This record gives sequence, C-alpha cells and structure tokens, in this order.
Amino acid sequence: MANRFCSILLSQLKLISISIFLFVSQAVTAIEDNKTGSIAEDNPVIEPIIYRKEVNESRIDSENFEATLFAGVLSIEDFGSSGITGARFAFHVSELFFFEASAGQSKAGETSYERLSGSAKLLTDEQRNLSYYDVSIGYNVLPGEAFLTKNMAFNTAFYLVAGMGSTRFANDERKTINYGFGYRFLATDWMAVHADVRDHVFDMELLGEVKTTHNVEMSFGLSVFF
Amino acid sequence: MPFYLLLIFSIFQMFAGAVVAGEQYQQVQIVDPYIELQTGSGSGYPVFYVVERGGWIEIIKRKTDWFKVRANGKTGWVRREQLEQTLTPAGKKLDIRDASINDFLRRDWEMGLSSGDYNGSTIITAYSGYALSENLSVELSLSHVLGKYSSSILPNLDLLAHPFPEWRVSPYFALGTGKIKTSKRTVLAQTDDETDTTSHVGLGVRIYLSKRYILRLDYKNFVVFKSQDKNQENDTWQIGFAVFY
Repeated sequence: MANRFCSILLSQLKLISISIFLFVSQAVTAIEDNKTGSIAEDNPVIEPIIYRKEVNESRIDSENFEATLFAGVLSIEDFGSSGITGARFAFHVSELFFFEASAGQSKAGETSYERLSGSAKLLTDEQRNLSYYDVSIGYNVLPGEAFLTKNMAFNTAFYLVAGMGSTRFANDERKTINYGFGYRFLATDWMAVHADVRDHVFDMELLGEVKTTHNVEMSFGLSVFF
Repeated sequence: MPFYLLLIFSIFQMFAGAVVAGEQYQQVQIVDPYIELQTGSGSGYPVFYVVERGGWIEIIKRKTDWFKVRANGKTGWVRREQLEQTLTPAGKKLDIRDASINDFLRRDWEMGLSSGDYNGSTIITAYSGYALSENLSVELSLSHVLGKYSSSILPNLDLLAHPFPEWRVSPYFALGTGKIKTSKRTVLAQTDDETDTTSHVGLGVRIYLSKRYILRLDYKNFVVFKSQDKNQENDTWQIGFAVFY
C-alpha cells in the first residue's frame, strides 16, 4: 500500500516538476522574446511550407547556332568536276538573317589540254589541292512548310547567301567572292537537311593570262542547331 | 563503315538524350489577353492554337526571337513580344527582354568580322575584344590580306580607348602591334615567305544598331618594319559587324 502511495506521489511529483520546468522555461523565453519584442513573428503557430518554382530565364535552351557538314561536287573551271567536302557554321541573327562561315576542300582533276597532250602537266599533285574559306551573309527569302503526308509538315526555307573569302589553289591564295542559294529542310527543331548551290568566283592566271573563273559547287548537308 | 554509322548514331543519341534530359521546362502564366501558337519560328507561319489569359505554358526552347512552347498538349512557336507580359510561378515578370543600349554600355565581350581595303588589296578580319573598363578595351584580331601579287596573314593585339562610351555612335582610338606574314604568288618566282613586325595607330567608330549588334567603321595606319632598311606604311579601311555579350 505504502509502495503504491509512494509511486503515485513520485509520479505526481514528476508531473509537477515537469510542468514547473515547462512553465519556467516558457516564462524565460517569453521574457527573452519580450526583450526583443516579437513573439508572434519569430514563432508562427503554423510554419507554411512554400515551394516557389522560380523561372530561370537563362535555362531556356537557345538554339541560334547551326553546324553543318556537307558533301557534293565542285566544278573547277578548266580542271573538271571533283568531289568536295566541308563544314559550315551559322549564327542566326533573326528569323530572316544569318551569318555563315564555311570551309571546304577538294582536289582538281586534269585539264583537257593535259589529257590530250598526254604528258605535259600544268600542276603537281600537291598543287591540285583546293581549299577555301568564306564568310557570308544569308537571307531566308522564302520560309515555308513542306507537306510530306496529310498530317506531316516540315518547316523549310529557301535562302540566298553572298560573301567573300579566300581560295587556296595551285599553292596560291586567291580572293574569292561567293554567292548562291540553298534550301533548308528542318527534319526536327534541331536537325536540318540542306541542299546548296554556290558559285565561287576568283581570278586565275595559270593558263597564261589572268581570267575570272566561276566554280560552281552543288552540295548536300546535314546540320544541327545548338 | 559500321564504325562510322555507330559514331553518327551515338552522336544523334547524345543530342536526343540532351533533349530528353531537358524535360524540366520552365512554366509560365499568360497575362496578355491571349497568345498565338504558330507552326513555325517565323511570322508567316499560320496560327493554329490560342492560349488565353491565365493559362499555363511550358517554354521548351528559343530560336532567335521565337519561343517553342507547349500548352494543353499543343506545341507551337510564339513571338517574344507576346511572352514579355507572362508571369513566372512566383508572380514575377518573365525576363526575356532584348538587350538594349544599357547592355551595350556594360558589355564585356565583343566579337566580329570586318572587311575592306588594305593598300589596294582586300582584307578580311575576325576579332574578339574584352572591355577592361568603360573607356578601355583590348582586342585580338586575325586578318587575311588577299592581293594580286601576294597574300598576308596579320595577327594583331590592340588597345582601344573609348572617350565617350555612353554615345550610341561612339568613337575610339586604337594602338597596336602585330606581325605580318606575306607569301608572294608562285608565278612571280620569288616564293620566300616574309615575316615582319608591325605597329599601327587607328581610329574608328562603333555604332550600336539594336539588340546585341554593333556596326563598326575602322581606319588603321600600319607601319611594317621591313627586314630591308625602308619601312612600309599601309592604310587600312574596314567595315565590320559585331555582337557583344
């Protein structure tokens, strides 16, 4: 009996001491809070959990650059037609204008004279290497859509380009004007197929007198936007 | 051949992967009365869907001034001006405004291409500049001169002073040094390449066009320190186009 009484007394004492402790500690914090003067602001009853979804504008993927690999045929005046491969890099300024840097390389064949005369060679093998670079401005003159089937449409553009650069042929660098047109077929937003025709105009003096040559290039290209 | 195919395939996979990885698109709410979704990123493409005020859209990507957005399962292209009024989930305006003349004043980097006349020959130049302060910048350039009898490569380092950076048409003075490597035409028999040191003074003007674009007119007077006794002076006039960041 005494034991039971003791245990009740003890538990009561425990409760009282806990409540006293709680009361005192609360009073102390209340006094401290009073000193700073903000009970409610610092300890809101309910802590709201807000997940703010911020928009980071710089994370919007911007695709204004385009890299192209192309291959085709280059007709080198007097030297026949040869295969050509190259790369282009474009910066799309607006929906209409773009700037483009291209580089390509090819190897000239033989002139009719060389073939007919048999042995006389105008150029060595190494001199027949042709490479060029140019910077051009492009204009999407006819943007449009191509319909493959009833429910499949692809964005396309017919564009004009013109620019200047340099062609290295027969070991010499020649100022080169280029102009032409192309067709861009966007298979997806980030990938396009190109068909291009360019005329590279430069002066040559290999066959005696200086003459202006037109070297037409026809190529197909595959590009990615990034 | 299969190796090339594999390589091409894996490159495409990489791009496709990047597309999939970017699935967490930015969501914004329309404030304008409505926005129009067009089938392509150009003003001529037909409008096929409209999202009204209060509607939520996801911004997938941007091409020049066009945004590819998705709303209610429809994907189309919206002109930038139509999205300027939209709000982010936090209630703030979406910051997709164009760069302005203020950004021009605070630019760090400038990159451009120019072309013109170098002593009667054609010159093509690519350059990149960094602004040290509002009034001072350094520039690295590479020029290619294509003449009748020779061609030259000119790398140059310039220090540019802009006394009036706040003007829309802002003049500058340039002082620089570089090298010139000249190759004579092979038909002229004398085929030795020459490399000489150059220095130059110049003046020009930057014209802020709009957005991030600058038009530039540039004059430079080069002095080439020839290995022979006599120095050579060359005038260069160029017009160029540049972007800044």
